[in-house]
Amino acid sequence: MTKSPPINSSEELRRISKEYYKGLEEASKDPKRKIAWCSSVGPAELLLAMDFEVYYPENHAAMLGASRTANNYIPASVAIGYSPEICSYLTSDIGAYLNKETPFTKAYGIKSIPKPDVLIFNTNQCRDVQDWFSFYAKEFSVPIFGINSPSFIIELNQIHINTVAEQMKEIAEHLEKITDSSFEKIKLEEKVRLSRECSNLWLDVLKKADNIPSPLTFFDGCIHMLPAVVLRGNQIAIDYYKLLKTELEDRIKQNISAVLDEKFRIFWDGMPIWGKLRSLSDQFYDLKTCVVASTYCNSWIFTDFNQNDPFLSMAKAYTNLFINKSEIGKINYLKDMIKEFHIDGVIFHNARTCPNNSNTQYGMPKRLEEHTNIPNLVIDADLNDLNVYSEEQTRTNIEAFIEQLSGL
Amino acid sequence: MSLNPLYAGIDIGSSFTKTILLNQNKEICGTNVDFSGVNLQLAAEKTLYAALPKNSNLFDVKKMVCTGFGRNNFFLDHIIPSKITEISCSAKAASFTYPDKTLTIIDIGGQDTKIIKVRYGKRANFKMNRKCAAGTGTFLEELALKLRVSSADLNSLANNSSNPENISSYCTVFAGTEILTRIREGAKIEDMIRGAYHSIVKRVIEIDTIDDDVVVTGGVVAHNPVIIDIFNEELGKTVLVPPSPQFFVALGAALFALESDS
Repeated sequence: MTKSPPINSSEELRRISKEYYKGLEEASKDPKRKIAWCSSVGPAELLLAMDFEVYYPENHAAMLGASRTANNYIPASVAIGYSPEICSYLTSDIGAYLNKETPFTKAYGIKSIPKPDVLIFNTNQCRDVQDWFSFYAKEFSVPIFGINSPSFIIELNQIHINTVAEQMKEIAEHLEKITDSSFEKIKLEEKVRLSRECSNLWLDVLKKADNIPSPLTFFDGCIHMLPAVVLRGNQIAIDYYKLLKTELEDRIKQNISAVLDEKFRIFWDGMPIWGKLRSLSDQFYDLKTCVVASTYCNSWIFTDFNQNDPFLSMAKAYTNLFINKSEIGKINYLKDMIKEFHIDGVIFHNARTCPNNSNTQYGMPKRLEEHTNIPNLVIDADLNDLNVYSEEQTRTNIEAFIEQLSGL
Repeated sequence: MSLNPLYAGIDIGSSFTKTILLNQNKEICGTNVDFSGVNLQLAAEKTLYAALPKNSNLFDVKKMVCTGFGRNNFFLDHIIPSKITEISCSAKAASFTYPDKTLTIIDIGGQDTKIIKVRYGKRANFKMNRKCAAGTGTFLEELALKLRVSSADLNSLANNSSNPENISSYCTVFAGTEILTRIREGAKIEDMIRGAYHSIVKRVIEIDTIDDDVVVTGGVVAHNPVIIDIFNEELGKTVLVPPSPQFFVALGAALFALESDS
């Protein structure tokens, strides 16, 4: 079957990715440079403003999943006492560390993950990051600081925002001691500005999928989101998304669709199944179905960033996340997305080890269908642990769902 | 009965392969069932040839739809089978067998169980068992093995019970152990086996809401009719059972094959 042409910007993405990881390797060898580990929606801008190189363990864990090596390492974590039922990012990442292995070696020739000088987490997604980073704090004997965010918010208010902002300011004071340099607000303002611009462009990229047919899929989004996650706050992320956005606009003008003869449009709620991105992408392609949008890729859109009020705006941006909303907030968000992206069906991924990102637990699929009349499918799988993924059952579920959408 | 042309529906399941042949008038001209084994191509060929009526041959088969676990594993030289999932085929068969009804179909297979809602002749939605095979035919096979009885004997033993024991374990393996332990402690084997059937029904009715007219079908139902009584008890109504539950999905596939010719 003739395939749609691939996205050309991917080549530049590979280049800047390699540059980023190699940069971390260089920094880890230079005693004058400091490395901070940060949770993926943690206060990266603060760290960048204080001249830390920032490493994101969740990104490393996603690579373990995408390279289908996570299951090689999960047993090592389980053996030292972590439950196989908890975050498989955590268990695979710690397991890889215990085995002294990393997918960076095969991909970039990098021998090991960079040693941190400090660990910074935010519980705005889950508690697991706190336990995860605590392991490394002990291993590396380095300080760890965290933001404990309010969760399941019905309506975000100033008390929520102030709580988080104050914790961020406190972290800044700790970072001054580690770097032996003063925090400069002007530098934070600049980083917030850059992150905001990156976020705006990433949003523009994702919005291209509201075109019928879409020039990109959710599976493309999982790859191209890398700069928004690990390079926000840097000009290079902005440059990349300008390039990608232009290419997608050209594809729309030339009527190049991500899925040839796109017939159905799907919204994906929940985490990616990292080890099955290619096989799922191929299956949907063969079914002439485009997974056009997702809650996951939209998680790195921070429209609340405001360089004129960096701490409060960061606090708002990092608390006002989909994952942190109440059920009603989430349903309203999904209703808007269904409308915006002309969705025919919603797939909910019930990730075994990520309950916070699995919106199947409290009856949301049924309620959403009652609100929108849009049918849905629940898939049981996981972000990294492929032991809980039943390939045959998932393929049949997806195929049957698309048959249902076709009226069969 | 006029035979030619013929329309084939082949349900290649994980345990059994079932073939049905229809004529243009939607009359059943032949059926066959056999173990699937590991060679699904062979299993499908065998049942197809065996289902052919006298004085017919393979070239009389004009259209074919394959369904089930092995739907992508069957090839013939002179005909390209279409592939449709067993969920759609089940709904098709139900709309044909019970026209103009609003239905909930419960299809219990060897490794999965499906609940399919049909509204005004069209499939509305479906759900399958999640995560494990509790509530499927595999549970009964494992139980028979553990108790050293034949699968066929399970139904007879359960019919002799009027006091089913409650089985708490979800896991097929642990449930088997639980049953053996309770028998050692004095529980009657027939009460434990009937309890096992109750356990299947409980797992099934957790999958989705069950409303309107209920059709219970699939190989497990065909070979274990006691489960129909238990569904009637648990649901508080009489469920519908099609004439040949094991061939139900294959029937739907054959109907799709026929439709594709018009």
